[in-house]
Amino acid sequence: MTTPTAPDAMYRNDEGLGIWEHRGKVAAVGVGHAPTARRWDGRPETCVGAITIDALRKAIADAGVAPDQIDGLVVVPVTTTGAFWEAGKSLPMDVIQSFNQTDDPLDGIAKLSAEWLLANMPELTNVQFTMYGPGCMSNALNVTAQAVGDGLTHTCLVVKSWHNFEGRYYQGGANAGNALPGTPAITQLWGGPASYSTALQFAEYCRKYGKHHDMMAPFMENSRRNGLRFPEGYWAQHRPEELGPEDYLASRWIAKPANLFDNDIPIMMSGAYLFSTAERAQDMQQKPVYILNHASSNTRPRSLVPTLDEVEADTARTGRKIYEGAGITAEDLSFENMYDGFSLFHQFHLEGLGYRGIKFGEALDFYQTDISIDGPNPVSPSGGNVGSGRSRVWMHTDCIQQLQGRAGARQVTGVKPEVGVSGGPMPLGGNYTVWSASPD
Amino acid sequence: MAKQGVEPDELTQPFWDAANEQRLVIQNCVDCDRLQHPPSATCRDCDDGGNLEWKQVSGRGRIYNYGVVHDCPVRLLQEDQPFNLAVIMLDDDPGVQMYSHLPGVPVDDVPVGAAVEVMFEPSANGQLVPEWRVIDG
Repeated sequence: MTTPTAPDAMYRNDEGLGIWEHRGKVAAVGVGHAPTARRWDGRPETCVGAITIDALRKAIADAGVAPDQIDGLVVVPVTTTGAFWEAGKSLPMDVIQSFNQTDDPLDGIAKLSAEWLLANMPELTNVQFTMYGPGCMSNALNVTAQAVGDGLTHTCLVVKSWHNFEGRYYQGGANAGNALPGTPAITQLWGGPASYSTALQFAEYCRKYGKHHDMMAPFMENSRRNGLRFPEGYWAQHRPEELGPEDYLASRWIAKPANLFDNDIPIMMSGAYLFSTAERAQDMQQKPVYILNHASSNTRPRSLVPTLDEVEADTARTGRKIYEGAGITAEDLSFENMYDGFSLFHQFHLEGLGYRGIKFGEALDFYQTDISIDGPNPVSPSGGNVGSGRSRVWMHTDCIQQLQGRAGARQVTGVKPEVGVSGGPMPLGGNYTVWSASPD
Repeated sequence: MAKQGVEPDELTQPFWDAANEQRLVIQNCVDCDRLQHPPSATCRDCDDGGNLEWKQVSGRGRIYNYGVVHDCPVRLLQEDQPFNLAVIMLDDDPGVQMYSHLPGVPVDDVPVGAAVEVMFEPSANGQLVPEWRVIDG
């Protein structure tokens, strides 16, 4: 079996597509997370392949499904946080020999194939459908929802994992060298860190609307607070530290106006879900959470970095696509879990959605109001990457758990959890899911 | 600032050759009459890939936006931290952007909107690289 990458036809990139044809007919049921770590410690049992198996098995158990009932597996094959296995570095043979291998010795260590997972999960005896959703969980969720809706699989696992090795973020490889090939040189010679483009968009936003970086502090404090209520998350598991305004505003700059905390912390993690048809989901162990729509943006900036005009046009377009396919309006959202890693673009997502009626330029003022899980306008109840480390998964897990009523200490209390939205990553180019407690 | 050297490849050889002659060229699609940067093998707007050429531009622009880099992933630039990293929009087509360290401009005191003109600086291996200097405040 050779696993294909999802074709373009599986994504809903355009406006005017109408209600999603599988609205309410696909459900998420099981959730599984492996323990997090700041970096890989080199042991076989903590490599990215091993933690992925752990997360998948937990999702299966959570759903209460026999492994032989599972017939689909969607995987995000890229697992790097920005850390790569250095060329010429010796291979960890003890780790490699601990697993059934594919023809790539770094499979399960610095990347992940569906074939590697199936070779090491012998209990998955009936998987007939495998597919890659490139990038992040948001993408893979869209693929999984569409695949289940289309009947390509009826009980499907979907997983995203991350590896993080020793060394500083993105500082190895070409960035440590004395020369670059001509094509990457055109964009990389000037040395912008990963958050630079977002920092620019935020700077333009502040100039246009008369806002300033300090106004992010309530959002950051709220996100970390919510993250510390996420027992699966990095900060809750390893560094249970609040992030008050003083600490946030005193932190060092990375690419001003983006500071250290505006950049999510890279970690080892794996998160998995079990999706099924709405009909089959009725008999599973957890309450089904129904998918009302999935939507995508494949917009690219005209040149090097997206302008604020491009960002606002595309987030508004994304909002319209999300609502159109789900057959809902902004007023139907109980809460939002849009992406936040980097924190400085969360407001673009909110404004594009028109969450709680806010318009362009108003989100930072909105952050100064009650955005907690106990109020009427919860913002990022998952805490997102700010609250739990880089995964691009927490937001989806939280939507499922909120709507199942088992978000624990994060459970929203100021609103009745009926419909949530999650997705990302970037304001231009992302994938989004609308979740509902009811199929209707 | 000592930028990494450049080893021109097939796609970008004309861009870097022109830079060594202190000329700024940008990819242009003859079919749709549109500049594009960064360069690519095909026109991003033409369904059939377009008809690309390299077009010399005026070398004038405006500072569109900037950030200040305090934690740079590129080793050779780290000794110069913090430094300005601006985005220039070309007068020839304001949708086309180029990066600049804005030599001579104090850190975090960047005149957004100011006019700039291109200049060329040697990188670590001698390849000239386009940079931009402010020509009015």
